[in-house]
Amino acid sequence: MEQEIALSAREQAELPLLGRLHEWVVTVDHKRLGLMYIGGGLLFFVVAGLQAVMMRLQLAVPDNHLVPPQVFNRFLTMHGTAMVFLVGMPILTGYFNYLVPLMVGARDLAFPRLNSFGFWLWFFGALLLYFSYIGGDGLYGAGSAPDVGWFAYAPLTERAFSRGNSTDYWILSIFLTSVGSTATAVNIITTAFCMRCRGMTLGKMPVVVWLAVVVAFMMLLALPPLSAAQVMLLLDRFAGAHFFDTQAGGSALLWQHFFWIFGHPEVYILVIPVFGFASEIIPVFSRKVIFGYQVMVAASIAIAFISMGVWAHHMFAVGMTPAGNAFFATSTMLVAVPTGIKIFNWIGTIWGGKIRLRVPMLFSLAFLFQFMIAGLTGIMLAVAPFDWQLTDTYFVVAHFHYVLIGAIVFMIFAASYYWFPKATGRMLNERLGQVHFWLFLIGFHLTFDPLHFAGIHGMPRRIYTYQPGRGLEGLNLIASIGAVIQALAVLVFVINVVYSLAWGEEAGPDPWDAWTLEWSTASPPPEYNFAVEPEVYSRRPLWDLKHPDDPDWLYE
Amino acid sequence: MATAAVSPIVPPVHAQWNLPRRGRAGILALILTETAFFSIFVAAYVFYIGKSLSPPYPRDVLSPPIVNTICLLSSSITIVLAVRALRAGHTRVFGLWWLVTFMLGLEFLAGTAAEWYGLIYHDHLTISTNLFGTTFYSLVGLHAMHVTIGLIMILVVMLLTAGGHLSRRYAEHTEMLSWYWHFVDAVWVVVFTTVYVIGR
Amino acid sequence: MELPESTPRRRARPLRCITRCLVVIGIVAAATCAAASDWGMGAANSRLAPPDMFNPVSTPAYDIETLAWFAIAVCAGIALVVGALLAYSIIRFRSRAGDEEREPPQVYGSNPIEFAWTVVPLLIVFVLILTTARTIYTVEAAIAPPNAIRIRVIGHQWWWEVRYPGLKIVTANEIHVPVSDPAHPTPTFLDLESADVAHSFWVPRLAGKTDVIPNRRNTMWIEPRRPGVYLGQCAEFCGTEHALMLLRVVVEPRAQWDQWVAAQQKTAAASSDRGRRIFESTACVNCHTIKGTVADGRFGPDLTHFMSRETIGSGAAMNTHDNLRIWIKDPAVIKPGALMPRMNLSDADIDAVAGYLESLH
Ligand code: HEA
Ligand code: HEA
Ligand code: HEC
Ligand code: CUA
Ligand SMILES: [Cu+2]
Repeated sequence: MEQEIALSAREQAELPLLGRLHEWVVTVDHKRLGLMYIGGGLLFFVVAGLQAVMMRLQLAVPDNHLVPPQVFNRFLTMHGTAMVFLVGMPILTGYFNYLVPLMVGARDLAFPRLNSFGFWLWFFGALLLYFSYIGGDGLYGAGSAPDVGWFAYAPLTERAFSRGNSTDYWILSIFLTSVGSTATAVNIITTAFCMRCRGMTLGKMPVVVWLAVVVAFMMLLALPPLSAAQVMLLLDRFAGAHFFDTQAGGSALLWQHFFWIFGHPEVYILVIPVFGFASEIIPVFSRKVIFGYQVMVAASIAIAFISMGVWAHHMFAVGMTPAGNAFFATSTMLVAVPTGIKIFNWIGTIWGGKIRLRVPMLFSLAFLFQFMIAGLTGIMLAVAPFDWQLTDTYFVVAHFHYVLIGAIVFMIFAASYYWFPKATGRMLNERLGQVHFWLFLIGFHLTFDPLHFAGIHGMPRRIYTYQPGRGLEGLNLIASIGAVIQALAVLVFVINVVYSLAWGEEAGPDPWDAWTLEWSTASPPPEYNFAVEPEVYSRRPLWDLKHPDDPDWLYE
Repeated sequence: MATAAVSPIVPPVHAQWNLPRRGRAGILALILTETAFFSIFVAAYVFYIGKSLSPPYPRDVLSPPIVNTICLLSSSITIVLAVRALRAGHTRVFGLWWLVTFMLGLEFLAGTAAEWYGLIYHDHLTISTNLFGTTFYSLVGLHAMHVTIGLIMILVVMLLTAGGHLSRRYAEHTEMLSWYWHFVDAVWVVVFTTVYVIGR
Repeated sequence: MELPESTPRRRARPLRCITRCLVVIGIVAAATCAAASDWGMGAANSRLAPPDMFNPVSTPAYDIETLAWFAIAVCAGIALVVGALLAYSIIRFRSRAGDEEREPPQVYGSNPIEFAWTVVPLLIVFVLILTTARTIYTVEAAIAPPNAIRIRVIGHQWWWEVRYPGLKIVTANEIHVPVSDPAHPTPTFLDLESADVAHSFWVPRLAGKTDVIPNRRNTMWIEPRRPGVYLGQCAEFCGTEHALMLLRVVVEPRAQWDQWVAAQQKTAAASSDRGRRIFESTACVNCHTIKGTVADGRFGPDLTHFMSRETIGSGAAMNTHDNLRIWIKDPAVIKPGALMPRMNLSDADIDAVAGYLESLH
């Protein structure tokens, strides 16, 4: 069996380019699919990021005429949709694809072919979204890319107000990517429950795997509401149904409820994986075991549960009853408790450690600060009357970019620096990494710190222009400069990846002196992951190996 | 970790290592997500009860499809009997019960088709007539679609049986299929209650 | 981490890159700035205080401001404490040179500590919830007194229709309300409806937002204490020109407001010049109403007292002679995407129509 595989590996190296490509297209290997997800996600990150930079250039000065209104609205819709569904989701599921089997000591995911199916659904769904720039005109000659905002509020999306096919592209594309994500979720749950190596009880799974399971469950429960609502919208648009047709008695609010029943858990689907990364990286670079493993897992499960019941905090201004508003304000604020526990536990992990400030750790520490600030602005938004002033302003934009970039993108970068050696066998360049980190940090804060104040000064979001004399000029100019610096930082990262792939330092199996199973196999891991199925006795199998006199399982 | 054995402190031995079966976990996850999907359609149906601006209204045109319901629900029993037979190795018995299951499901579909025919051509209710039409056809249609998918899978197994490819080895697979079928039935109970009991 | 000489040059490179990019942005900005005209809005806005929620002038906005400062204080306090803790632990526990070999003591957790940092946030959250709920109820559960002014505001793509049902006034984009004397409060209650898609009514200094949703009637109220002109804006994405769906609320002393009401209740001056004939014989009448004429369209703003308004196109341009001519010639020049079509009138006709509209005081 092993011989066979080794042979095919040699054959593969001799394949011509086309053959190599073919290998990637037909692959069912979780590591390759994971890398394809991540690579695809990074590609769309650059595209959607450049669209954001265009928006920032348009908003750099008041009354700017760089980008016409319709084009701007497409930019903001495509940017938001792409960043959530074509960047955040695939990169994080990509990491899960890559890591979960390695971390539980399995040779692949439970259903490899389903996995590949899910990837290709995602991939073509993603292409479909951008194809709308070409094909979106539709029969009526109106349209091109979708321009209804990423939450596509009805009835703006109904035929009467959105002609052409642009909105249909939005629906179909997101529907397909959601089905793809569902496939991944099924796979992750099954793998974690049914494929763990000998000795790895549920209580000994690495935190990343635990959180992958939590996220997978959230996907199973939260994606269908969006898909269902999209089916309804499609029926409205093509079969003359009236779900969200206000003229026929339909309800605009119903869409909002359905969307946010999905939308709110979705943001936690995006953030919980990076909690996992943090719970892996921070201990390794503090040289300490994670503080309060059980509590960390329990807190994540609590977050997942509570987050299913907070969606209407996106709708404080729609005219709910006072009781409704109070309820959703309450449930939203309750999330702060388990989230706080996580923050404190990370601090507890750092406390008394020996912190190595390598690039992954730098990104993680920035994440801790930024996520805390973002969470606290979230709490301000949860104060419903305050939200009546803040909702749909740049304060909200600043809040969620603080989480989406300050927490998620920062941790994705941290994870990239951390696991790149495992996936490629080479280290990412540390010096370029430092430049990348500081540039990105500065760019990020220049962009999004001022935007909080723009929101408070009365700047609504999703406006393609604003008038002079309202006190917004300076804040926006700074923000736009920051966006360009962020772009430079991303460029440094891309250069780093390309450079290190070719000339990076050899990594060896375990460059960070880490503790989870993936570091026990070669870098990059062979197709079958582990020559011998591992057997574990604690949460940190490699710690046990490295410290035979003081193994972890004595204390757990 | 073969090398772990050399540690001076000897780790506990894992007496046994039993994990759940993949197929079961997978199908349960699928059913979970499908449940969430249906819930939204049911929620939309309930939300729009009594909100139609124009006739026909449910009270005037709907009558509970009792026979259909009985057929569908009893198919859940026959499929269990079929799987049990296969587990015991009685492939013939299995084929018989499997066929009965299929026929019962088919009857259900035919019944739905007849109901829709009446609604469309007699009562002039279509998906675009009013909110009742919109929600009714989508919810019942969604369920019927799942019945159809189930029937296709049942049909495939039936053909395999007829071709003599089915044996005890596949009892697990057919059982997974039967779980899906139970799920479709359970959804019908909810749909029936919503549409024909509460919504009328 | 040891590179003595080459370091400075390496540092300089990203810097130079940044400056270069800044120059490019500057040029782009300057170029587009020069090309743009703000139709007089910049100067007009500068005369007014910016729409800042922390500079309230009306009851609900006061309540919100108080609560907001409380929430900010709590959150800032937490940020300071936790941030300091984090910063301290990072600095204190950095690995020092020469000490890398030994691993630090492994601490697996601590129940009392975990308990403490569960309970303390829980208590803070509890306090926040109570204060929040109280303000929600004071603002939302207020009941209109009999002498309240009642206004219906109807959102359209992309302008505001304003109706005073009791007073039989119809206007657009500018709402006039009397100032409320705390001794004899005269709050204004607004019924919010939409003619097409979802909008949101927002005048930060007067109150928070309330969404304007089709097939639904929302209400909100304001009780302004100081006369002045307050800027507002649609705050829910509603399509192409969401950015230019602006709004102003004019708060006036009671006597002045009464005058305004009286003026608005009159029908338009019945001039019968050429401009009016052109207006009435063009499609204008299908979309616009001018009381006392055949024009009774409802798709566009009521023009009966057009000159009583400061702006054109929902705050897109100041209502000046030149801007009005440009608007009638081609609204898209001022507000690209606006739902009023270009009417293809000759220059002479445009002058005449503009003249007619300018007589509608
Ligand atoms: C990953 C993404 C992510 C995460 C993690 C969060 C986390 C939170 N968010 Fe955010 N949010 C978004 C992404 C995210 N959000 C997005 C994308 C939108 C806008 C969507 C759109 O409109 O387009 C949004 C919008 C949004 C709104 C609606 C704003 C509006 O449109 O009007 C609200 C309102 O309540 C809110 C609240 C919160 C809260 C309370 C948390 C909490 O989970 C935060 C909890 C964390 C902490 C509180 C910090 C750490 C805790 C401590 C240090 C303990 C002590 C603290 C206390 C006792 C308070 N968010
Ligand atoms: C994960 C999610 C995510 C991420 C990472 C980002 C990243 C960024 N976002 Fe985005 N944003 C959203 C999610 C996200 N956003 C969402 C959900 C919305 C709401 C949409 C809506 O309202 O519907 C939104 C809206 C939004 C707005 C508000 C638009 C509006 O309301 O009018 C703005 C404006 O400033 C903005 C800016 C930015 C910027 C400057 C970045 C930057 O961080 C981007 C940085 C990245 C780059 C700049 C990439 C550049 C790369 C290169 C230059 C390398 C090129 C080199 C090679 C190819 C070799 N975003
Ligand atoms: C198809 C409908 C339509 C026709 C025809 C039409 N308008 Fe308009 N008009 C509108 C709409 C809609 C607006 C609001 C535009 C906005 O603010 O986005 C408007 C706005 C205006 C305004 C600004 C009102 C304000 O208070 O902001 C003026 C003035 C005006 N129209 C004049 C005219 C004249 C003169 C004609 C004919 C020559 C005309 N309109 C024809 C739809 C129409
Ligand atoms: Cu109206 Cu935005
Ligand atoms: Cu939320």
